[in-house]
Amino acid sequence: MTVLLRHVHEPDQKDLDGYVRRGGYEALRRALRELSPEQVVELVDRSQLRGRGGAGFPTGRKWSFVPKHAPVKYLVVNADEGEPGTFKDRTLIEGDPHLLVEGIALAAYANGVRTAYVYLRREFYEGRRRLERAVAQAYEAGFLGEGILGTDFSLDVVVHPGAGAYIAGEETALLESLEGKRAMPRLKPPYFPAVMGLYNQPTVLNNVETLCCVPWIVREGPEWWIAQGPPQLYSVSGHVNRPQVVEAPLGTTARELIERAGGMRGGRKVKAFYPGGTSSRPLTAQHLDVPLRHEDLAKLGSMLGSSAVIVMDETTDMVRVIARVCEFYRDESCGKCTPCREGTVWVTQILERILHGRGRPEDLHLLDSLARNMTGTCFCPLGESVPPSLRAGLEDFRDEFEAYIRGAREPVEMPVRLRLGAPAPGG
Amino acid sequence: MLSERAQSDIRALRARYPVAQSALLPALLRAQEELGWVPPEALAEVARLLDLPVEVVAEVASFYTLIFTEPVGRHVVQLCTNVSCLLSGAEEVRRRVEERLGIRAGQTTPDGRVTLLAVECLAACDQAPCAIVDEQRYGPLTPEAAVRLVEELP
Repeated sequence: MTVLLRHVHEPDQKDLDGYVRRGGYEALRRALRELSPEQVVELVDRSQLRGRGGAGFPTGRKWSFVPKHAPVKYLVVNADEGEPGTFKDRTLIEGDPHLLVEGIALAAYANGVRTAYVYLRREFYEGRRRLERAVAQAYEAGFLGEGILGTDFSLDVVVHPGAGAYIAGEETALLESLEGKRAMPRLKPPYFPAVMGLYNQPTVLNNVETLCCVPWIVREGPEWWIAQGPPQLYSVSGHVNRPQVVEAPLGTTARELIERAGGMRGGRKVKAFYPGGTSSRPLTAQHLDVPLRHEDLAKLGSMLGSSAVIVMDETTDMVRVIARVCEFYRDESCGKCTPCREGTVWVTQILERILHGRGRPEDLHLLDSLARNMTGTCFCPLGESVPPSLRAGLEDFRDEFEAYIRGAREPVEMPVRLRLGAPAPGG
Repeated sequence: MLSERAQSDIRALRARYPVAQSALLPALLRAQEELGWVPPEALAEVARLLDLPVEVVAEVASFYTLIFTEPVGRHVVQLCTNVSCLLSGAEEVRRRVEERLGIRAGQTTPDGRVTLLAVECLAACDQAPCAIVDEQRYGPLTPEAAVRLVEELP
């Protein structure tokens, strides 16, 4: 039986009544009545919950870094889900918005926060309508606002829109954006959000799925949570029959996830898969039985990331896919640091010329050298997301690159990406 | 340039944050909701309402792809072109839609009806290939369904 997805498909789960009827806000009641904030932190710590946004940092530990007696602290929810292939947070926000609200209230209580901001991707139009409605209902029912459930705990929740920028998903860039600036990442140290976050105040920053785990952990206990898997959401997409968010125990294999997503389209074989969004190193068919969890993936030079499993079958042109991925990072680079700003442009240019049939044999050395120069040199994880795909391309799918360079593959045109406001055709 | 209503909404947005500049993105989006895009005069007006230098407002506005600092059509069609959609036929969808509208992604039809944008992952890969038309999400789209969708926009 699923946990995080248990009620997302019930039509009335989005309403306060439906949510409460299925046990909603019980965890918040229990915490406010029986637990000190420190005890809530301890429960989350014991659950071994790790952040579900991409970095996988232990949530309980993250919370313990926030100075206890700071006069002003903030909670910021990263609902800027944008890692290619990831759609679990959107699924939770649209299907069970009160679960997120309850998770926010619990995290705020645990950390002594009285103002929370939800930084919601602009493209989540439907999610925004549902979340704003849930927040309004929670205020009305006394789960948010002044003196929640008759205690002296108060909390305001503000839903804040993004405006189109992948980089805003990086935590310090998100804070810049929330302060009304360009979403460019901050230097760490000193700008660790836990100590110098929003408006330079201590800030708890958590992903949507992470916070949605918290009510379950508080209600059922950390041992129960771990015994359930612990539950993990994998966004499974690409060449599968029924792309969907699959809830499965942490450490489920790609083979099993593909099966849960209806198997491969047309019964074809797997060639490769991204285990954790396009920032992770793509793996090959020989890794189908690797448990998809932090440790096992790190050993392979990959990562669990946002646990977005993008499946590619044997007909996939890996050069085309990797070029599209690099082009994405090129367009989303904020331009702050040179290795990312320049590296993504160079890499994309080289990949484009290979695809166009103008590749040179030495291009593969050049790509390798660029990958090395973009590793450990970028200001934030965005630029660092390019080398894993390049590495896999050069090591696991080299023959495909060579075929283009030899002229053994039909050249492919990459569609030009025009900026808004480009002149109309003939104009 | 902005209506009284929009101006008072922007003042209310400002009051939601301890620092006025935090209201900048919501304020720009509010202006865009009214005007369809954010022309230079609106940037200046938002700057005045939030007590910010207009350079700061322009600098921030130009960073975000969904703040339109160029005119757009009555409808904005965002076609996802990222990997999961690519694997599900997004390129053909895009090609057919471009052909039908007679424009490339990034452009607006000469009659001002539709702006077409090729965008990155919309976090709806379960509906790949997917698109957002104004504020409504569609998918999985066949090329035919996508063409019909843009044809039917008033």
